[in-house]
Amino acid sequence: MARISGIDLPRQKRIEVALTYIYGIGHPRARMIIEATGVDPDRRTGDLTDEDVNKIRHEIEDKYKVEGTLRTEVSMNIKRLMDIGCYRGLRHRRGLPVRGQRTKTNARTHKGTRRAVAGKKRAPKK
Amino acid sequence: MPRSVKKGPYIDDKLLLKVEVMNSRGEKQVIKTWARASTISPDFVGHTIAVHNGNKFIPVYITENMVGHKLGEFAPTRLFRGHGGKLADKRSRP
Repeated sequence: MARISGIDLPRQKRIEVALTYIYGIGHPRARMIIEATGVDPDRRTGDLTDEDVNKIRHEIEDKYKVEGTLRTEVSMNIKRLMDIGCYRGLRHRRGLPVRGQRTKTNARTHKGTRRAVAGKKRAPKK
Repeated sequence: MPRSVKKGPYIDDKLLLKVEVMNSRGEKQVIKTWARASTISPDFVGHTIAVHNGNKFIPVYITENMVGHKLGEFAPTRLFRGHGGKLADKRSRP
C-alpha cells in the first residue's frame, strides 16, 4: 500500500501518473521526483518496493508543499487579498473572475452554475 | 507580463518625495494623488493617501500587506449598483 502525504495512490497506474493524484504535484513535478529518486517511471505503484516508496515520500516531504499545507497557503493568499481591500480581493469576494476576463458571457467556472434572473423572458417565436 | 526587474518598481517621484518629507518631519497628512499606477513602497506604510478614482479621492490607509500593490487597486473606478428593478436597492453597495 503506497500512501504518500495522506493520499492513497492508485496501484494499477504507472508511478509517474499515480503521483499526480497528490494535490500540488502535476506531470512535470512527478517527473522531477522520479528523476531525483531514480525510480523507474514505468513501474506500477503496486510493484514498487517499500524502499522506493520511502525515497519518494522523503523527496516530496523535503522539497514540495502539497495537500493541506498547500491548500492553506493558497487560501491565506486569497484571504490576504480580500482583507486589504484591493481590486483582486473585491473580485474574490463577489465570486467573479479576478484577472480581467469578460463577464457579459462565460465566466461560469468562477461564478458557478447559472441562476435564473427574474423577469427575463424568452424571445417570442415568429 | 510583469515589469522588468532591471527598471525596479515604478514609484511616482513626486509622491515619494512628499512621503519622505513627511517621514523626516514625523507628521501625517492625507496626500491627494492621481498616481494610480504607482507601486506602494514600504515608506508609505502608516500614511493615508487619497487616490483619485476618476470622480473623487478615495482615502486609503496603507498597511504593510499592501506593499508591492499599485495604488489604483484600492480605489475602484466602477460602481456596480446591481441589475434589475426592485432588488437593486437592497443589493447596492454600502
